[in-house]
Amino acid sequence: MPEGYETVVGLEVHCELATATKLFCGCPNVFGAEPNTNICPVCLGLPGSLPVLNRRAVELAMRIGTALGCEIRPSVFHRKNYFYPDMPKDYQISQYDEPVNVNGRLELPDGSVVGIERAHIEEDTGKTTHVGATGRIHGASHSLVDYNRAGVPLVETVSAPDIRSAEQARAYVIELRGVLVATGASDGRMEEGSLRVDANISVRPTGSDILGTRCEVKNLNSLRSLVRAIEYEARRQVELLEAGGAVTQETRHWDEDAGVTHPLRSKEEAYDYRYFQEPDLVPLVPDAALLEAATAGEALLPSDRRRRIAEVFAAHGAEASAEQVLTVIELDLDQLVLDAVEVGADARLALARAANEAAARPDDARRLDPRAFADLVKMEHDGKLSATQSKTVLGALLEEGGDPADIAARLGYEALDTAELEAAVDRVIAESPDEWTRYVGGDAKVTGYFVGKVMQATKGRADGKVVSSVLAARRDEAAGR
Amino acid sequence: MSLLDAGAAAVAKAVRAGDVTAVEVIEEALARLDATEGDLHCFQTVLGDKARREAARVDEAVGEGRDPGPLAGVPIALKDNLCTHGIETTCSSRILEGWRPPYDATVVERLRGAGAVAVGKTNLDEFAMGSSTENSAFGPTHNPWDLSRVPGGSSGGSAAAVAAGVVPLAFGSDTGGSIRQPASLCGVVGIKPTYGVVSRYGLIAFASSLDQIGPFAPTVADAALALEVIGGGDPRDSTCLARPAPRLIEVLGRGVEGLRVGVLEDFVDDVSASCRRAANDAADALAAAGAKVDAVSVPEARLGLPAYYVIAPAEASSNLARYDGVRYGLRVEGPDVEAMNARTRAAGFGREVRRRIMIGTYALSAGYYDAYYGQAQRVRTLVTRAFDAAYERFDVLLSPTTPSEAFELGAKTANPIEMYLSDLCTVSSNLTGQPAISVPYALGDEGLPVGVQVMAPALGEALMVQVAAVLEQAAPAEARGPVPVGGRARGEAADGA
Repeated sequence: MPEGYETVVGLEVHCELATATKLFCGCPNVFGAEPNTNICPVCLGLPGSLPVLNRRAVELAMRIGTALGCEIRPSVFHRKNYFYPDMPKDYQISQYDEPVNVNGRLELPDGSVVGIERAHIEEDTGKTTHVGATGRIHGASHSLVDYNRAGVPLVETVSAPDIRSAEQARAYVIELRGVLVATGASDGRMEEGSLRVDANISVRPTGSDILGTRCEVKNLNSLRSLVRAIEYEARRQVELLEAGGAVTQETRHWDEDAGVTHPLRSKEEAYDYRYFQEPDLVPLVPDAALLEAATAGEALLPSDRRRRIAEVFAAHGAEASAEQVLTVIELDLDQLVLDAVEVGADARLALARAANEAAARPDDARRLDPRAFADLVKMEHDGKLSATQSKTVLGALLEEGGDPADIAARLGYEALDTAELEAAVDRVIAESPDEWTRYVGGDAKVTGYFVGKVMQATKGRADGKVVSSVLAARRDEAAGR
Repeated sequence: MSLLDAGAAAVAKAVRAGDVTAVEVIEEALARLDATEGDLHCFQTVLGDKARREAARVDEAVGEGRDPGPLAGVPIALKDNLCTHGIETTCSSRILEGWRPPYDATVVERLRGAGAVAVGKTNLDEFAMGSSTENSAFGPTHNPWDLSRVPGGSSGGSAAAVAAGVVPLAFGSDTGGSIRQPASLCGVVGIKPTYGVVSRYGLIAFASSLDQIGPFAPTVADAALALEVIGGGDPRDSTCLARPAPRLIEVLGRGVEGLRVGVLEDFVDDVSASCRRAANDAADALAAAGAKVDAVSVPEARLGLPAYYVIAPAEASSNLARYDGVRYGLRVEGPDVEAMNARTRAAGFGREVRRRIMIGTYALSAGYYDAYYGQAQRVRTLVTRAFDAAYERFDVLLSPTTPSEAFELGAKTANPIEMYLSDLCTVSSNLTGQPAISVPYALGDEGLPVGVQVMAPALGEALMVQVAAVLEQAAPAEARGPVPVGGRARGEAADGA
């Protein structure tokens, strides 16, 4: 961000709810089916059809509201009217000025808090594919519409303009995704479009408390696009202002390939959505059973999970790497770490192995037996396996499961006993008198040489750190200390 | 007298008893349809062979000792805005020409389940927008009493089919008077139930918060029977009340002794002398039968019409957006999607439908919403409160159904406002969601039938029907259909010749 300016971002995150059926009919809510197979008169908006609200969708929406600390209120549905071929009724049933969830907050891992203005229920549209050279509407010979997605339940979570950087926006989306997954409302898959983000971006002089004119940027299909688009758009707006121009309020499209945003439509030609209360639905007044379902079995939120790890690590006198903690929570591996620590694994080492090696294969890692994982960490911590060996055994464990001690034995990773290791070190010292002299003389750079030689001699069975400490002991002896 | 003229209940009774076959009854209805259709144009689609097959199934059930239901073998007609599985459903609009719904409306299912047999889909003002059936894209329906007159609308085809004796029972929809007004003009009984008593699932929406399906019949008893069949909760319509259909047949003979009847005096200056006289005579008849009759003014009732003509078009502008040429119905190609949408809609919708879409779009637009739609909703609340207050003093209210007898075809087509005034006495019930019935009560100065309207508080169908049955007894038989095509005079002249 250029000197003297501040970026202000508010995000609208659309989340497809993980219900069995659509929002207003009984069609299956699944991704990836043959086009136009999960459709019926209702979600096709055929003449005479009427919507019936999916109770489970309401429950999930209210769970999201609860998790975001929202006030949950009686709400009504409105029609948002505009013509688009993939919208079967040419209006979208959404919530307008009386949404189910209002006034919440989301605390990010760095401690910053983003206000949640609302989280409301609405229906998704179908999907249009433009057939022709570019895949975009211009130059297409015709378009195909798949209505499988039409009527899929969405919750749109609208943040306050509290976000101040692209990185914070990214952290917000990750945190919100964690919340959505934790509540059981969503599978959180951005790549399948079950999570979609629009960003309202403006800039202002640092220190100002007046909001600048914003642009809404759409088509942010990944966290990477989100970060790039915010950075680009903020820069574009500052350059405009610096050149004496003004930002026009408009909707802009993020072009991932070109790395730029360009205008979709300006305010003058903006749609007039002619919102009015949906007469085919009655007001949504949650009954006691629904309220209870929405708050029962409180979801374990990302912030709870961070706190839980911090508490366990504190109890063991260990320090947790913040980055590793975020990784294991995002990949749902934090429970594995905690379980391993519970049965005696070293906390720091368990976290490191989970966040680095296990995280590379998250699906396998989530199936890992925590006790086997704990045993592995213990073997490494006790020096029975070198770090390298430990990683190899973990790889095999992720692949096929089993007992890490058996795997180690099969791989020939018998732990060296101290005498054997010391003998190997002594042999290497004897073979390299010049290097030894330099080492004893204080040249730490040759440490790696000796460790490498010992590793070679022991065929990798030695633990590098133990080798270093034996070397240090020999040096001290040689120096007569 | 033919069994058909004895009414729906009598037909069902005879079919259930095996005294007559459903096939025979249906054949007669189809023959009458055939004989009158050229003059009347009640029907958009005739279901000859399909009706015969369904009738045969009814007879089969009777033969096997199964009860086909309370409407066994009764020929019925369905307004062509009620979805019928695999049968063209047009709303009398070019834009839906050829469209065959993949499902039945709830009322259609229930009617079939009760043993009724649909012989055809009836003509209407396009998308139920009109008061004369002249807005049909497929030509107007004529009033059986006088072929130069309109049958009223928008359910004109259904009203005329009953008035001509083609069927003893027909169904329509009432958004601002579209059942009661044609019932009055055709000399038959028509009921607009409480909003939510009959499922709207499968009724092609005009104005969702006002639309309600109801029956036409020559008698109050048959209309009541029909409402018992089609009414009751439906999980497919969220606005349909989760309660059983009202029980009406049992109240028919109860009389009006002690009932408090309010005679609405607010339309006195707006209606013809015949209509005024009919309402007054009806009031006298109720008083004579023991009711406590009093004049009452609900001035807000006169605000109903302007509020209605904002709310109904606003909802319609949204409900009719889906006819865009993309998925079904008419498509007129264009260079891009927007052009295709626009051309399709321009070609597919008639003048009145386009007019209302534009009015409704305007009323909902940013900057105008509050002055029009918002204001109309506030008026709606006022009207509802005013009627609720009146029902604290009265059990039912009585008024003319229409401002006049049936008018000449073409008389009001050039002046939409004058046409809209046809709904003056009926729209309030739609705004309040309360039930109302029109009962034929007199022949007017022009020799045409004039109905009176009994209105009741929400879910007051039983009281309403109870009163209507007394009025029916008091009314002269010659004010009521069925009539020979062209009216009794012409019919008698033909007989004499």
